[in-house]
Amino acid sequence: MGKPSKETMVKMYRTMVKIRKAEEKLMEVFSKGDILGFLHVSIGQEAAPVGICSHLADADYIATTHRGHGHAIAKGIDLKLAMAELFGKKDGYCLGRSGSMHLADKSRGIMGANGIVGGGIPIATGAAFAAKYRKTNQVAVSTFGEGATGEGAFHEALNFAAIKKLPIVYVCENNGWAEFSPHSIHMSIQSVTQRALAYDIPAVSVANNVLEIYEEAGKAVERARQGDGPTLIEVRSERWHGHYVGDAQKYRGKEKVEQAMTKDCLLDYEKELLQTNTLKKKDVEKINAEIGAEIEEAVNFARECPYPEVSEMMKGLYL
Amino acid sequence: MKDIRYIFAIKEAMEEEMNRDENVFLIGEDVGLAGGSFGASKGLYEKFGPERIVDTPISELGFTSLAAGAASCGLRPIVEIMFMDFVTCCMDSIVNQIAKMRYMFGNQYTLPIVIRMPEGGGLNAGPQHSQCLEAWFAHVPGLKVVMAANPYDVKGLLKSAIRDDNPVIFIENKTLHAMKGSIPEEEYLVPLGKAEVKREGTDVTVVSASRLVNESLKAAETLSEAGVNVEVIDLMTIQPWDRETVYRSIGKTHRLVVAHEAVKQFGFGAEIVASVAEDILDELDAPIGRVGAPFVPASYSLEKYYVPNADDVKKAIMSTLERVF
Repeated sequence: MGKPSKETMVKMYRTMVKIRKAEEKLMEVFSKGDILGFLHVSIGQEAAPVGICSHLADADYIATTHRGHGHAIAKGIDLKLAMAELFGKKDGYCLGRSGSMHLADKSRGIMGANGIVGGGIPIATGAAFAAKYRKTNQVAVSTFGEGATGEGAFHEALNFAAIKKLPIVYVCENNGWAEFSPHSIHMSIQSVTQRALAYDIPAVSVANNVLEIYEEAGKAVERARQGDGPTLIEVRSERWHGHYVGDAQKYRGKEKVEQAMTKDCLLDYEKELLQTNTLKKKDVEKINAEIGAEIEEAVNFARECPYPEVSEMMKGLYL
Repeated sequence: MKDIRYIFAIKEAMEEEMNRDENVFLIGEDVGLAGGSFGASKGLYEKFGPERIVDTPISELGFTSLAAGAASCGLRPIVEIMFMDFVTCCMDSIVNQIAKMRYMFGNQYTLPIVIRMPEGGGLNAGPQHSQCLEAWFAHVPGLKVVMAANPYDVKGLLKSAIRDDNPVIFIENKTLHAMKGSIPEEEYLVPLGKAEVKREGTDVTVVSASRLVNESLKAAETLSEAGVNVEVIDLMTIQPWDRETVYRSIGKTHRLVVAHEAVKQFGFGAEIVASVAEDILDELDAPIGRVGAPFVPASYSLEKYYVPNADDVKKAIMSTLERVF
């Protein structure tokens, strides 16, 4: 697998910018009350979804979490339709029924974000089971935080995937905080890789660096496609914001938040691309401007879409 | 026609549907090598192999959600939960995921899953192996809930459930597994969502499902000797239930008894009664009767006093007949 091509490197940068800017915009519109319910952003964690999804085709599957905008964008979700869903509009992916915590796009293998911590892990494992059952050569990816690894769903899924050698990659974004509590409340081990090893699943822990993640994900996806079974990748990332937007993080302390914010996987990658002359300053500016415009367009689209009719609420429960 | 036991009728339904559609597979604890804890999949492992008769670790939540993922990707899983009591371990999977995935994702995904499980007493298996929890699932939008009272129905309903594109909670009854009945040699289906009048009568309507249908039929036989004509309705699908058949019957008998093995409080009978009160209370000539287990955990040594039977149905019928508004 090795290093990404220049084209892939630039594409990965574009996608990371897209996730960052989309979520910054979401925070802005959420604070104005344009988006209802809860909003969980992944700012500071853009490297993992991009590093992983760069190896996936539309036909491959991904099931994600309540903090799942990044994965959906990295898997290629249509930003306009996604934004419409977040705004609760009729043209959204889920007909405006579900919002941020349930973004799904079947045409791109996005099996849904999930409002239940750990809920998506066995579902993604089921997609891997289906791929193996039908001998399609598809791969499934399951993403979750370290907090989810305390759930039975995580253990039951990994055990089964290991026994059946299912084509799946488990990606744990360990951002140090599970909802409102630190790592030490949730586990006595230092790394989630230890949990995978207990099921005889190869596991690796990487820094929050898109190129490192890309490399390890490449190996893991290849293993899965070859029929060699699951792999777990732990990404040691940072959560810049609270569990949800609006969470003042009093449990964490201002200093620690500021410290986390000094570690910026997007800025680090941008610097690297500039230093290696993969991109020039003006390319970076151009990409940022283009993405900014694309996001504005998506937000405007979402704003103009109608809400679903009340009469539509009762439609489609049963086939 | 041929005679068959309820448990083998289940096996025949699964086998025929697996022959018919290669996307159908069975997953659960001990379903493969062991042939199922109650023998429902005996011989299927040998015929279809480990790819389609899938033994799992003891992990009800994991393999039920796994089935949800597989169904989202086009397969048609049959999940076996060994005892209905164990389904409590997979409530996230069924309630938060499976029941909602189609609606919640704007109809993008379809979840054709059947989750089979035996409920009820009869084995003196005590508080954690005897429960009847069908009302839990009937309360969750997005699920269908089916219960079969005899070998003919269980085969026809299970085949329909497997072909249905909605998630179906398919509830068997442990004491019925050994029940013998007559079924056609050729293929047949029993539709979901339709109740059946199992015995016609004019004096009182008993609405029931699963084992209590058979108990109600026994009660009706006894009472016919005393000149009481009891109509027995088997709901078969309790969610969505067939109002038309129930209301038509009440329009004829003007008296109602609901009977199930689950504890009486908040059982599915309560919903039937509430709907009748809401829609056609003026059709009733007397207060309704309810039959269900007492509101305590299932008893080990006193099981025969705990599980409702024909005598309880008979008492409820008599009590309704003795009263008028």
